[in-house]
Amino acid sequence: MTYDVLIAGAGVIGGMVARELSKYKLSVCLIEKENDVAMGASKANSGIIHGGFDPEPDTLKAKLNVSGVDMLYEAAKELSVPFKNNGSLVCAFGADEEPAIYELFERGIKNGVKNMRILSGDEARIEEPRLSDACTLALFIPTAGIICPYQLTVASIGNAMDNGVELKTNFEISKIERGEIFTLTSKKGETLNGKYLINCAGCYSDKVAEMAGDCNFTIIPRAGEYLLIDKTEGETVTHTVFQVPSKEGKGILVTPTADGNLLTGPTAGVVESPEHTEITQKGIDTVLKLASKSVPDVNFRQVITSFSGVRSSDKKGDFIIEASKKVEGLINVAAIDSPGLSSCVAIAGYVVDIMVDIGAELTAKDSWDGRREKTHAFREMSDEEKDAYIKKNPAYGKIVCRCETITEGEILDAIRRNPKAPDMDGVKRRTRAGMGRCQGGFCSPYVMKLIAKEQGIPMEQVTKKGEGSYVVTGKI
Amino acid sequence: MTEHDIVIIGGGPAGMAAAVAAFDAGIKDTVILDREDTLGGILRQCIHNGFGLHKLGRELTGPEYAAVYAKQVEERGIKVYTETMVTDLSADKIVTASSREGILKIKAKAVILAMGCRERSRGALNICGTRPAGIFSAGTAQKLINCEGYGVGKRVVILGSGDIGLIMARRMSLEGAKVEAVCEIMPYSGGLTRNIVQCLEDFGIPLYLSTTVAEIHGNRRLEGVTIAEVGADRRPIEETKRYIPCDTLLLSVGLIPENELTRSAGIPIDPVTNGAVVDENRQTAVPGIFACGNVLQVHDLVDYVSDEAEIAGHGAAEFVKGTMSGAKTLDTKAGFGVRYVLPQKVSVDPAKDTSLFLRVSNPYGKVRFTVSSGDEVLATAVRLKAVPGEMEKINIPADKLAAATDTVTVSLEEL
Repeated sequence: MTYDVLIAGAGVIGGMVARELSKYKLSVCLIEKENDVAMGASKANSGIIHGGFDPEPDTLKAKLNVSGVDMLYEAAKELSVPFKNNGSLVCAFGADEEPAIYELFERGIKNGVKNMRILSGDEARIEEPRLSDACTLALFIPTAGIICPYQLTVASIGNAMDNGVELKTNFEISKIERGEIFTLTSKKGETLNGKYLINCAGCYSDKVAEMAGDCNFTIIPRAGEYLLIDKTEGETVTHTVFQVPSKEGKGILVTPTADGNLLTGPTAGVVESPEHTEITQKGIDTVLKLASKSVPDVNFRQVITSFSGVRSSDKKGDFIIEASKKVEGLINVAAIDSPGLSSCVAIAGYVVDIMVDIGAELTAKDSWDGRREKTHAFREMSDEEKDAYIKKNPAYGKIVCRCETITEGEILDAIRRNPKAPDMDGVKRRTRAGMGRCQGGFCSPYVMKLIAKEQGIPMEQVTKKGEGSYVVTGKI
Repeated sequence: MTEHDIVIIGGGPAGMAAAVAAFDAGIKDTVILDREDTLGGILRQCIHNGFGLHKLGRELTGPEYAAVYAKQVEERGIKVYTETMVTDLSADKIVTASSREGILKIKAKAVILAMGCRERSRGALNICGTRPAGIFSAGTAQKLINCEGYGVGKRVVILGSGDIGLIMARRMSLEGAKVEAVCEIMPYSGGLTRNIVQCLEDFGIPLYLSTTVAEIHGNRRLEGVTIAEVGADRRPIEETKRYIPCDTLLLSVGLIPENELTRSAGIPIDPVTNGAVVDENRQTAVPGIFACGNVLQVHDLVDYVSDEAEIAGHGAAEFVKGTMSGAKTLDTKAGFGVRYVLPQKVSVDPAKDTSLFLRVSNPYGKVRFTVSSGDEVLATAVRLKAVPGEMEKINIPADKLAAATDTVTVSLEEL
């Protein structure tokens, strides 16, 4: 068959584009080289909804970020993805950093960011009591927020699938031919045909564009390392606390996460390949030092994990979202680094506008439902709700992940529901089982057994994150 | 809401022994709540021997040791709720639990905390490198091998020489895996001497002290680790780095008492033991809530867990009967060379002798422990050696303690 639209890359951008296109009478296939969705930058970033003060005025970043924030809050509500409009603070430490605060304020005004305020150090400490005494001036952005980026990706793709989009994982594109239509060949020799190709391939978007026959950009992969801290420390700060860029680095933040942990990071270093997601001693040291500058008493003894995410940057510094002038039907959506998450819904709308511009016929479906039923988060229910739910579904009474209070019912939902969790990390990202303080020490054997049973595969075929990442070697 | 005299949270060795002791002290309405489907806790996966020498006078495997107590629980008809996980405990002793039947709420006259401990994970160590499959806490690997019957890897490096790490070095060897190294960041092992001999030396497995895993390599499955000696700051020394190919890394880097429920009830925690502050009956600062086993302090021998649980079981029974003594209590304190002393409070007129349990701060040769209160020496004890990995027990005679008026301090001197 020939799809109307092929989307390369099942990250948050590909997912939101797929969801937007699922509103129309189109056959759409979302392609992913990995075993699961949200496997690139979408699974490892700060999870911040930026207000929009940072991008240079009149750039795509400025436009799509500022217009995208409310759209994202709206989509998160429809998709039942947890988020919080907690506001952010950008802090200056001393007189030489203060001009930057005024600059950012001016830039925010130009970009159309609403309700920003400049606070003295003392006023900032009223908002955020554990903020360092060394903070002398701060920019307060009340529209900013936090959201779980991989849950957003999973939900957008699940909703797109419920509205007819197909998801094809483990399809690593090795060749793209453009005849009457696009023909994509995978490394394993499978093919997919489509009339339009939307390139949302993140760090690989330059490779995909090149294979399609038009690449005028080069992606620079930049790694950001983070330290994630136990929920016991989740209330260290309530706002997202940034620092003004300084010669020591830029963008180290201290923030609560939408799931109640405390997150510190990221560093920013160019890496050779998007697969370079190692944690380095230098990275850890940088995060420890700079996070402590904002909030001196962050309890780093409660770190539960460290991770690194690679985002796709371009030297020009703006998003690249355009129809190819050379290859008809190709739309590149590339260099989506920060504020990509904040802009994702706006980007999807912008892509649809481009499709109309280049002649695509879009007819709205009569029956599109943008809502996604909330995951039955047991831990958020009252005792009465829990009891009633367990009476109907006994699997919700069996707590599998003790640290995050995740039940067997929730894990089964993750394995069965679109997009189906294929592996251990997939279950973890969808349910948080294994994401708590013991990091899966207790629950992983049980989760493995559930995956094996549901998928009808032996235990040795259950993986952590796709091909080659086996957990057990076989029966002894 | 149902009501029970004593609710015991956790059905491992501590919970079972506490239940039996409470029942035998006259409180028949004692129940155990456990999250697993059978009693026994972590002992169910400890299929090696070495359990019970002190307590039962014979050497058993973990499951056998658990079975001894499970049988006693069964014989007494003590009610056990399995696959029932406690999600909340309040200071007024209302226990909320979840099971396949629904939400269970119990109002208890006394509660015994026996939730055990968990293993420190990789994330807490800030090891550099990638995040592939093939990195297990030693206990998770033990469960997969011993309970589920699956191999976890062929070529293994173990970080941490705690007892579980040592036991697993032997276990992996017996399953045909090659254990390349056991690395210990400290200059000494935290494991029992008998385990170092029987699990490493007998199998020719090298133990590298003052050495850590500095980097983890491989994207899908683990491909190797870089190990390095550490300096005084316990950070890797660049020139000593060396690569070891392996598909499995086991972590045995410490146990953390699982006191989330304890905290939810507002019970004060000792920052050194990471368990509740208790008196000689193992009663916490909240009257009627007791704690024992690894949730109170991490033990090296299950035999001592059972002893401690019996104390807590008796204490809870006395509390329910209203026969606990209201005697004045004194604080205990770790003096020179001692890392902690448990219990943290003792009554001055106990009817019987009181035992103090403690761990030393560093490995020592021959030492003398002195228990003193003001100028009074309450007890002394000489040991040929004392290491942090082995818990020490010192007895204070009843008459000596009755005379004490000041903080009870335990310190050591090297002989």
